[in-house]
Parts: sequence; C-alpha cells; structure tokens
Amino acid sequence: MQAIRTDKLTKRYGKARGIEELTLSVGEGELFGFIGPNGAGKSTTIRTLLGLIGPTSGSAQVLGRSVTGDRRALLEDVGYLPSETAYDAGMRVRDVLRYSASLRRRDCRAEAARLCERFSLDPARRVDELSLGNRKKVGIVCAMQHDPRLLILDEPTSGLDPLMQREFFALLEERNAQGTTIFLSSHVLSEIQRHCSRAAIVREGRLLACDRVEVLLGSNARRVTLRGEAELGALAGVRGLRGTAEGMSFLYSGEMRALIGALAGQPVDDLTIAEPDLEEVFLHDYAKGGDAHDGHEA
Amino acid sequence: MTVTRHELRQGRAPLAIWTASIGALMAMCILLFPEMKADMQGVSDLFASMGAFTQAFGMDRLALGTLLGFYAVECGNVVGLGGAMFAAMTGACALSREERERTADFLLSHPVPRAQVALQKLAAVLLEVLVMNAVLLAVSFVCIAGIGEEIPCAELLRLHGAYLLMQAELACLCFGLSALVIRGSAGAGLGIALVAYFLNLAANIAESAHVLRYVTPFAYAEGAEILERGQLDGGLILLGAVYALAAVAAGIRHYAQKDIR
Repeated sequence: MQAIRTDKLTKRYGKARGIEELTLSVGEGELFGFIGPNGAGKSTTIRTLLGLIGPTSGSAQVLGRSVTGDRRALLEDVGYLPSETAYDAGMRVRDVLRYSASLRRRDCRAEAARLCERFSLDPARRVDELSLGNRKKVGIVCAMQHDPRLLILDEPTSGLDPLMQREFFALLEERNAQGTTIFLSSHVLSEIQRHCSRAAIVREGRLLACDRVEVLLGSNARRVTLRGEAELGALAGVRGLRGTAEGMSFLYSGEMRALIGALAGQPVDDLTIAEPDLEEVFLHDYAKGGDAHDGHEA
Repeated sequence: MTVTRHELRQGRAPLAIWTASIGALMAMCILLFPEMKADMQGVSDLFASMGAFTQAFGMDRLALGTLLGFYAVECGNVVGLGGAMFAAMTGACALSREERERTADFLLSHPVPRAQVALQKLAAVLLEVLVMNAVLLAVSFVCIAGIGEEIPCAELLRLHGAYLLMQAELACLCFGLSALVIRGSAGAGLGIALVAYFLNLAANIAESAHVLRYVTPFAYAEGAEILERGQLDGGLILLGAVYALAAVAAGIRHYAQKDIR
C-alpha cells in the first residue's frame, strides 16, 4: 500500500499559487525526502495532506484514506511536526505532551519519557521559556510518542544543534527500520542526501522531479572555489565558471582526480571544494522547470 | 472532553480577573446601599425629572430606595454589561485564538473532528460564563446578608438567570463570529456586547426603536421589567436561543470546512 498518494493535487489561494497538479506517491516504509526552496509549496502540500487546508482540485490519500474524508481516521496513525511549533502560553512541556496524548486517547507516558531523556528535554520547563530548538524537540516528541505509522515532518531540524540533529536522524532511521514511513520536508540538501532513499523536488508549486536521491543529484556536482590563477583548459564537467575578486568559482561534476591533476603545478593559493547548496542545484539543474531531470510520477 | 478541560485550564486567569473585578464592583454597590438608602428619595426625584435617561435604564419603573430597585439598576448594569463583555470576548476568541497564535496546526493535526473541537470549546466558554455568574450570585447573597437586609432569593435568581442567559446568547453569537474573524476578534466581541447594550437603551427610550428588543439580548435581562412582571420574557429568550443556535451552527459549519491559516 502507498502511505501517501496524490493525484494532480492543486491548491490555490485565490489567484495566488499554492501547488499545481502535484502527483506523487510514497510507499509504506520509505524514508522520503521532499525538497524545495522556501515558498516552493512544501508546507502547502503537507497541510493539504493533513486536511488543514482543502485541495482546490485533484485528490490525495494518506494511509489509504482521502484527505477530505473522516479526519479522525485520517490522523489516527499520523505524527506531524509543523515547521513552526507553537503551544499555548503557560503550559509546561509535560502538559503539552499529555494534552497531545490525551487528544489521541492514548497513554504515551513511557515513550514520552524515553524521548525526552534522549533529547535532553526537561518536561518541567515552561514551553514559552524554551528556545526555538527546544520547542522543536517538544514537537518531535509529540509527533513520535504515539508511535505512528506515518511521520510527516516539516523542516524538522531548524533550530536543532548538530548533536541533536544527529540524534534526531538516528531516531528517524530506527523508526524507519521498524517500518514507520517518513515524509521529510526540508530545504537542506545534505539532510535529504544522507538519510532519504527517494525524494521529490518542488519549485514554484510544481513537482520538478521525483526519483532516487542519487539520480536527482545526478552528477554529484561540487562547488569549487579557488584563490589564485588557474587555466582549466578542456577539463570536462565544469559549469557556471565565474571570476571572483581573488580567483574563480565554478560547479564541477567530473572526476575529482582530473580536477586535482589539472590544478597541479598552477599558481593556486587556496582551494575549497564544497557541496553546492540547494539553490545552486536548482539554478543549474531545475531553473526552467526541470530540464535536467524529467519529473515523473514515482 | 479533553479540549474543554484544556480550554478551562487556559482560561482560568482571565475568568478569575473578570469575576473578581465585576464581583468587587457589585459588592461595592451593595455595601453602599445602606448609606444611600436614606437619600434615595431625593435621587429618585432627580432621576424622575431626567426623561429619556430615566427611561433608558428603566429607572422610571423602579424604586431606587428599595434594595431590589437599587440592585436591578446598579448591580444589573455592572453584572449585565461586565458579564456581557467577558462572555462576548471569550466567545469571540474561542476559535480564532488558535489561528492567531499559530497553535491550530498542533491541535487540528490530532485525530479529533473539527466540529468536536469547536463544540468542546463552546462548552468551555459556556462553563466559564456559568462559573462567573454562580460566583457573582454568591457574592451578591453574601453582601446582602452582610448589610443586614433580607435576601430576596426568588427575585435575585430571576435577575441573575436572565443575566446568565443574556451572556450565554452573546457568547454563542460571538463564538459563531470567531470561526470567521481571526484578527481583532476580541475587539469585535466587545463591540457586539456594547452595541447590544446601547440598542437596548435605544429601545427603552424611543417607541419607534422598540423593535430593537427583538435583536438585543439585553432586552430580556432588563431588571425593571423582570421585577415588574415577576417572570422572564419567554418569547424573547426563545428568539435569543434561535439566534444563538443559528450562530453556533453557522460557525461550526464554516470552521469544519475552512482552510486553517
């Protein structure tokens, strides 16, 4: 069974764009990435899947149930972490967790305690005194304490420090190994690249591509920035070459050995080879609506 | 009743503040009565010469020198208007607060149908109104006993019953509104309470504005009329209940289908 299936799902806010004819499917047990820059329509898609907003046209199913049908049944086995976590003022962490469990008519105390300990979250703290990262942790525990079949996470790592991010992804992989389907929305390419098997890319409300992550990233391009002077000659895999104040910068998708060989012996003072950020991938590969990889239904 | 319990817990502070404020004002009025009682004949004569103003507050039909007459005018206005403002504001914020404070995504991503969320929130609003009125009635009993007057139980129950129904109707009307208005809903609620109050004053003053009695819930909470008739106006209360139910039904229907911001 598909955990998530959308068919030409469209959401418009009056004349403003939300998402346009989004068709994708996520199999049960997948750890699926949903990538796109800010304003691409990721949150709109997720909020439509949860029934928080209604589709303008098209259809969507979550765990086999229509998003426009019975909300109780739809949300029973879903855990959701919104991109912005907000709770009623004056509540303590344990109150929020109890309230969430109580709304699900479940006793989640044992799992909540285990997750709080794992994330170093003090249940006695007031939520309005928490930092952004700690509020996020409360959201993570709320989303996971009832051990849902499907986890929908919208920008889950914003605000989490690197150690907590590592712990969070370790937990996600454990849950995924136990059969939980995870739908992970993010604009951080490396998160999706490291942890997801498949991903969809959205831009301006449209699905540009949906495939295995390594296929989406295609060439494994790297951003190369060097200080000094270098003649690259006919080195294959160089794109977007531009001069900088002290040297040059370009995207490189060829053999690393060939690049190092080409630069050897040249007056290069410093060299940085880094993952391109998602914006660059979009600019180079998906700028005009997916000309590098054809979007297709997964 | 998880949502109701949560709402009651969250609403404790405003409820306590409003109840204490209105209760204190009401107690002050009652405790001043023995001192003012002797001068009331002169005051009544003064009010009698004030024409429309006297009519507006029903003072042409009440004996201000008696505890009940004084209570219906002074405490009636304090409890009526203060309670109406609290009820309207609480109702108007019930649904809109979640979206305004961005907690709606948290609440509505749980497996609880929206109509049930809305009904549980309405139950919390009405319970708060009930608690406030029960406390105010108790304060009234204690204060009247404190000044050594005989407690007119039946009349006080009728007056406070009318205030409770009026506040419940306003709470329901504003609850319906809270499904539509996200920002400024508290202000809108206060506005509705004040407009309803002044519509009743207008209906009392001008014969041509008498029809407004069928619009404002203050009409059946009019102290002078309740004491005069010895009973509540069932017709107006029934009409108010119809307005309240229609507003609640429309609000819940809209809330169940709307896009959450």
